[in-house]
This record gives sequence, structure tokens and C-alpha cells, in this order.
Amino acid sequence: MSFEMSFMMIKIAVVLAGLLAVVPIMLFVERRGSALLQNRLGPNRMGPFGMFQAACDVLKFIFKEDSPPGHVNKFYYSLAPWLAVIPAFMTFAVIPFAGSMSWNGSEAIFQVANLDVGILYCFSVASLGVYGIIMAGWASNNKYSLLGSLRSSAQMISYELTLGLSIVGIIMVFQSVKLGDITAAQGETLVSIAGLDIPKWGIFIQPVGFIIFLISVFAETNRLPFDLPEGESELIAGYHLEYGSMRFALFMMAEFINMAVASGLITSLFFGGWQLLPGFGWLAGQFAGTEHAQLILVFFQGVSFVIKVAFWMWFFVWVRWTLPRFRFDQLMKLGWKVLFPIALINVFVTGLLIYKGVL
Amino acid sequence: MNLGFFAFCVFSTIAIFGALSVVLKKNPVSSAFALVMVFFAFAGLYALIGAHLIAALQILVYTGAIMVLFVFVIMLLNQDTPVNDLKESSGLFKGVAALALAGLAMILIHTVLRAQDIVAVGQLTEEKITAQGGNLRVVSEALFSDHVFHFELTSFLLLGAIVSTVALAKRKTALGGES
Repeated sequence: MSFEMSFMMIKIAVVLAGLLAVVPIMLFVERRGSALLQNRLGPNRMGPFGMFQAACDVLKFIFKEDSPPGHVNKFYYSLAPWLAVIPAFMTFAVIPFAGSMSWNGSEAIFQVANLDVGILYCFSVASLGVYGIIMAGWASNNKYSLLGSLRSSAQMISYELTLGLSIVGIIMVFQSVKLGDITAAQGETLVSIAGLDIPKWGIFIQPVGFIIFLISVFAETNRLPFDLPEGESELIAGYHLEYGSMRFALFMMAEFINMAVASGLITSLFFGGWQLLPGFGWLAGQFAGTEHAQLILVFFQGVSFVIKVAFWMWFFVWVRWTLPRFRFDQLMKLGWKVLFPIALINVFVTGLLIYKGVL
Repeated sequence: MNLGFFAFCVFSTIAIFGALSVVLKKNPVSSAFALVMVFFAFAGLYALIGAHLIAALQILVYTGAIMVLFVFVIMLLNQDTPVNDLKESSGLFKGVAALALAGLAMILIHTVLRAQDIVAVGQLTEEKITAQGGNLRVVSEALFSDHVFHFELTSFLLLGAIVSTVALAKRKTALGGES
């Protein structure tokens, strides 16, 4: 096996392992985080700070009896959870998690696939995830599930538009759809104020785009305040009402991994991706000139990326336990009558600013 | 056997199997899901011939948006009872269908037999596209500079379609106001 091939395999393994590790960590963070925000304790008995509770949950999911109810469409019922979880894993492939380094004369990039179409791949694969939800709701043969999946299909289509439009500004400024290029370009300095360098991060040049992207991403991942496909107070549990044991766990995995991908996208597009956090540049500079200086720099870039992603994952939990759920008509009004026009105006203004040479 | 050929076999099998399911499944939702499968396989085939942008757009537009709407509408109408049973349809319908099938089969056979003649590589070879900065740049430059007039005309056509749909779908109430 050639060097490129084995390096590729290692990258795929690292990304898969990282995404799988997200699930138990987020189980823990979501439970204890919600308890923290609601001024209660949360599960704290298993292990230090209740950390092993997630492991217990996983064991429970595995050993629970998996019996589909009699009234479901068996084929689509068993297919649906996989359709939800596989696209979620696939989407992460184009997100770069560290810069590049030269190794044995060839350049190694820390990104599973540096595709020509870049972010378009992300959106197209992510749009496949909705079929898992639609299929689950329909195959369950249950009115609440069906309502959940109808809501989800309407919601996903509406917010995919604003999601796509919100990053057009970023693509126009950085003149590329490749996430690697966009992240690398964010390392430049935008302005220097009193000796303090403000980096050219997406948030500083596209604040409106960022807000629209953030709101749309919440709708796309079906998280509160936009978790209407689940809506437990109205639809019991919506599309996964009839699911139990490992099949339900797959839907939960899909949700957490979608959160991870969304956080990775927010980080890469608006927060400099793997660009070093303040202080890390100094820390990495301490190793300059040593044998493994390049490797250490890449390590710190990876750590910066993980810290930024972790913050946005926490942000998802934070918002979930802070805001109440929207009503469905409010959700549609927000998407079509507020966010969509703002996103269009944002594209227009960005074009004007680029034409005038400001950006 | 190289990997590309293997992938081609897999995707084309999925496409043919899916296309047959679209026609043969009795449940409309199953047919719609099969059509999704066909579009996905097409995207794979486009990616295999190096048209990555078309592949991504195929999934983004057809699979991710249009088919979701199809499924949405079918579910909303909730067509439970399977219709169009072959045994109940009239002899005339069967005759016309057989004639159409024969015609299509002849076109297909003709195309396959002439396959050697009609493969003519256009101006844009794979090397040229790479030299000009990839699929996306080439397509967008062609679309927004050379063919911008046609592009704008198409957008007007679509706008007209949307406006007329709204005008048709909007019901007038008895008092003359709009609901």
C-alpha cells in the first residue's frame, strides 16, 4: 500500500473515530448541561460526575429487545435509521481539521477529501439525511409520525434555501467553494487596531450571513427551537415514535453527528477553521526549529479546531435548554419572510462591496 | 478490473433496478423512493465521468429538493389504494403502450449500435477543464458570461410559472376577498 493510500485510511479512521466519540460525549454534555441550565443535578451516580452513564445507556440500547411493531412497513422501517445516520457521517469528509504539512516531499492535507465542489458536496449529502426522517415517519404507519415527517420535509426544504444563500457572501469574498481554501484564507489579517490583529474570519466580514447560517443550521439539524418534527408535546416523539433500542439510538447518533458537522461548518466558514486560537501561536512558536516543529504546529491547529467545534456543540445544547419551541407557522414565516429576503440583500450588498473594492 | 468499472456496474445496476421499481411498485410512495435511488445512482455515474459539479447539483436539486417535494405531496394526498392495475385497463391502452415501448426499444438499440460513431469529444477535455480551474469555474463562467441572456430568460420563465401557479391556486371567497 502506498503512502498516500495509508495516510488516507488513517484520516478516514481518525474522522470516523472522532465522530463516534462525539456521541457518548454529547450524551453526557446534554444531560449534565441541561441539568446545569435548569438548576438541577442530572445523572451523577455512575462514575466521576456521572460520566459512565453514557456507557450504561449504550449497553442498554444494545441489549434491549428490537421488535418492530406489527403495523409498520418492515423494509422502509428498518432502512430509515441508516438513511439518517450514513449521510451524517459522510458530510464531514470535506471539512479540514488541520492545515497542511510537507512530508517526504509530498504535501499532506488533513481533510478526508479535497473535492472540487467543496461545500456543495456538504449540502447535497446533508440534504439526503431528510429521507431517513421522511421514510421513518411514513413507514411507521402512525399519524403522529407522519405529521412529524411532513413537517420535517417542509422545514428542511425551506431552510436549505437560506442555508445555501447565507454562505454565498463567504464564497464571493474568498472566491472558492473549497473549505480548505476558505479556511486558509481566513488566516490573513483584516485590520490592526492598536497593535491587535483582527483575523479575516468569516464572522467579521459576513456577520449577517453568519446569523442566518446559524439559525438555518438549527432548523436543518432539527434542534430546539426548531425541533418540530419531534415536538414531543404535540406529536409525542414525531418521526421516531415507533422506534426502539438500537434503531432509535441510530436516530440519536444522526442528530449528534449532524450537530458535529454543523459545528464544523460554522467553524470552518466563520471562525477560521483550524487557524490557531490566540495564545496557541506563541505556544507553537516555542517549538520552532525543533525536529518535529511542523507536526507540533499541525497538532495545535487540530486542537484549535476541536476547541472551536466543541464550543459550538455546547452552544447547541445551551440554546436547546434556553429557548422555547416555535410554532410551525412561525417557523415558516421566519424562514420565508424574514431570513430569505435578508439573505438575498446580504448577497447583493456583498457584491456591491466587492465591486467597490471594500472587501 | 479497475475500480471505476466496478463502480459503474454498481451504479448502473442500481439505476436500472430503481427505474424498474418506479414503474412496477404499486405504492406511490415506494415508487417515489425508488426514483430517489435512480437520481442518486445517476449522480454517481456523473461523478465517474468527472462531472463532479453536475453530480453534486443532481443530488442537491433533484434528490434533495424536488423529490422531497414529490414525497411530501404524495404523503399529503395519502393515496392508499393502488390504482392503474394492468388487468383492468382497456385493450386500446395496452396497444398504445406496447407500440410506445417498441418505439423506445428501437431507438435504444439503434443508439447502442451506433455508439462508436456518436462519441465525439467536445472542446472541453478533462485536461482543459483542470487547466481553467475546475468544473465549477468553467460552468459558472459559461453560464454567467456567454449564456447570461438565456439564463435570465429561463429565470423569467420560472418566475412566470410561479406567479401563474399562485394565481391559479388562490381561491376567491364569496365576498370577493381573497383567502
